[in-house]
Amino acid sequence: MTTKSKEPVLVVLQLSGGNDYMNTVVPFADPHYYDNRPLLKVSEENVLKLDDEVGLHPSMKPLHEMYSNGDMAVLHGVGWEGSNRSHFRCMDIWHTADPDTFATEGWLGKATRQIDPHGENPVTTVNVGQGLPRALVADGVSVASVSDINAYGLLTSVEKAELRGQMLDRFAKMYAPANGRGPVSDYIAKTGMDALNGADQISVAPKAYKSDVEYASNAVAKRLRDVAMIHLSDIGSRILYTEYGGFDTHAAQGTSHPRLWGEVSTAIADFWDDLKAHDAADNVTMLVFSEFGRRVRENGGGTDHGAAGVAFAIGPQVQGGLFGEYPSMDSTKLVEGDLAPTMDFRGIYSTIIGDWMGLDDREVLPREFEKPAIFAN
Amino acid sequence: MPDHRDIALMAHLMRRAGFGATHDELDLLVAQGYEETLAQLLAPETQPDIDEALFFRYHPMAEYMHVSEHARTNWLFRMTNTKRPLQEKMVLFWHHVFATGVDKVESGHAMHTQISMFREHGMGNYRDLLVRLAQDPGMIYWLDNQDNHKRAPNENWGRELLELFSLGVGQYTEKDVYECARAFTGWTFVGKSRGIQLGQIPWQFEYRAEDHDETDKTFLGRTGNFGGEDIIDIVVRQPACARFIMRHLYSFFVEDEPEVPKWPTEPPKNPEAIDLLCQVFTDSDFEMEPVLRTLFSSDFFKEAEYKKVKNPAEVVVGALKLSGSFTGPDPSWGNLSTRPATMGQDILNPPSVEGWHTGGEWINSGALINRVNFVADHLRDTSNPGVDAMVRRIGNIGGSLTAAMFVERCLNELGLGTVDDETFQELVAQAELGGPIMYGTNGEFDKFSQRVGDMLALIAGTKEYQFG
Repeated sequence: MTTKSKEPVLVVLQLSGGNDYMNTVVPFADPHYYDNRPLLKVSEENVLKLDDEVGLHPSMKPLHEMYSNGDMAVLHGVGWEGSNRSHFRCMDIWHTADPDTFATEGWLGKATRQIDPHGENPVTTVNVGQGLPRALVADGVSVASVSDINAYGLLTSVEKAELRGQMLDRFAKMYAPANGRGPVSDYIAKTGMDALNGADQISVAPKAYKSDVEYASNAVAKRLRDVAMIHLSDIGSRILYTEYGGFDTHAAQGTSHPRLWGEVSTAIADFWDDLKAHDAADNVTMLVFSEFGRRVRENGGGTDHGAAGVAFAIGPQVQGGLFGEYPSMDSTKLVEGDLAPTMDFRGIYSTIIGDWMGLDDREVLPREFEKPAIFAN
Repeated sequence: MPDHRDIALMAHLMRRAGFGATHDELDLLVAQGYEETLAQLLAPETQPDIDEALFFRYHPMAEYMHVSEHARTNWLFRMTNTKRPLQEKMVLFWHHVFATGVDKVESGHAMHTQISMFREHGMGNYRDLLVRLAQDPGMIYWLDNQDNHKRAPNENWGRELLELFSLGVGQYTEKDVYECARAFTGWTFVGKSRGIQLGQIPWQFEYRAEDHDETDKTFLGRTGNFGGEDIIDIVVRQPACARFIMRHLYSFFVEDEPEVPKWPTEPPKNPEAIDLLCQVFTDSDFEMEPVLRTLFSSDFFKEAEYKKVKNPAEVVVGALKLSGSFTGPDPSWGNLSTRPATMGQDILNPPSVEGWHTGGEWINSGALINRVNFVADHLRDTSNPGVDAMVRRIGNIGGSLTAAMFVERCLNELGLGTVDDETFQELVAQAELGGPIMYGTNGEFDKFSQRVGDMLALIAGTKEYQFG
């Protein structure tokens, strides 16, 4: 089983809650770090060094290996000016790529519209998990959201095939006219149509999947396995999105943050092993991000909401290395106690949309942004 | 015979102020009238409490509520069988606003305690409710206030109290957040002993004076040695607080508002309604009961039929009520409690402290599939007592029905007054496929029964059924 099409594919892993940048990519050479993190600090001999100044948290060994192999880009100091420390708002800004207004369309929803302008493939973009992230929303765009990959289909318990066929046919006719009671009604009808059309394709994935990779039983591992299943089933999915929560480490960060990164790092490594074993990794890039980083000074057992954070781009086509500048921890350079962003997150979007996906990034973003050179040109 | 319009209005009231009502219940309620029904809803103590002994008899371990599954099943059982539907609906409302998640709290008992507190006080005074919330051990742990110390303030609770539980973003400064946090230093709880499954001590609020910051705080323009209750007193008197909570109430009970982050820039859909509710709320010193009375008596409420997308709890409980399949002892109850999660609403475990995205955002392809399948599975099973009763009512007189009449009766049983023409035509076309609809003989009746079940399942898949 190998994927036939080699169109570029983007996998996004969203880490919800606000990941602590400073204990993910530890600035071990900077004395300010130890001043601000008396309890939570990771000492120099324990970090997994990336260079002479920064290193990954010791729970991230699998990612350190990927970095050493040149497959991981570390994107320093990502954010935007004027972050307000709200989970809600900051996640919304990442999703819509718009810090200035309350936009409704997501950056990947718009990208999906470019890939499939007539909505011909309802699984061009797939969310694995509950709900539908705003990042994937755009008017007229079809996105499949799969919470249980083994039970994705309407009226699956109707045993008589003839009856089920008739009923699904009725649904198709009832959902078809887009002149219901209003936009929400029309949206429901369209979603119903997508569900009918996408179900046949998605249902193939778990049946066709065979792998020697054993994923862990935690949620992020399961979701990345489902992402792998969909990618490997070769149904034309180009954007695959999933999420893992729990990064809001106000308290007891010393135990929770290493556990989370242990789970995430292992799951990411297993995912890539799975893809490589199927010779299906070369056309995939993964973006890992969180809505904000955390406060520079710890609060006694954890860290409060902050601003600048770190993102990772991973994959065989990524130019590994460190990109951008670690924001200064000097107290005169902080913004209300937070790291000031050194890289606009939309620069990352710009290179992913334009250089990786081969789409028009200016249609997704309001203007030019400086792009980190994470893809060879 | 009650007027068709009266039945529709009563069905609307019971869907919004509760989780729907069966045809038989509606007949009784219409007979006693809208005002009397509303009076009963607003005075839950006048209605019998649920027989929880029945629940515990078949879930003996559930009494301890150690695991969240028990707390969730208990709540779902109450939503389905309560005689005090508005009380239970208000529990869900506060769970939406004060979203607390068991993934972090890791105690079914603490979650059950918080939910029970909403049940007891959710229709009372909002100011008092906020104080109880600030002292609720599950909430304290959820937002880390046990780590909010005099020497090391933790601002998680302080921030969310202002942003999500009372004022809304933009109504305070970062300094206010910090000062608010300081006022709640020393508000902690005791009893948490991780890893012990049995014999756990219930968590208890504890105020530790030695860990409380006694210096002055400057909060929303006022300065003083404020404690937590002082902060809440200042907060509830901000006009922004009434507007924020009343907009939540309107969005939950009347019609879907835009998502909360847009509220600072997008005006309410019905500003006059919000003004009216704010006035009643403020005049009554933040009592919820008069506000709910005003809301459910208003024209804007009565005219809001089908303007809301049902949340998953409403979908699941509504189907359970209609099918009558969650009333007596049944070992499968435990499985039911996770069903709303498959539709995007993991009860007792919201995705974050911001709660759920509602309205149209409940719908995506996976959630829609799970909504339709759950309702269809329950309504196709004609051995369910509620479905059997529907079959008998639809086929109560004569021996045959035209396809159009058959469809109309099925829609009526599910409380759907009207559907789009295209929808109706497709339903009729499906009904016609099975030939003439006859139920005069026993043999005919069995076939008729399954045709009703199949039609109800088909209706569950319409876009109209997703609204409530």
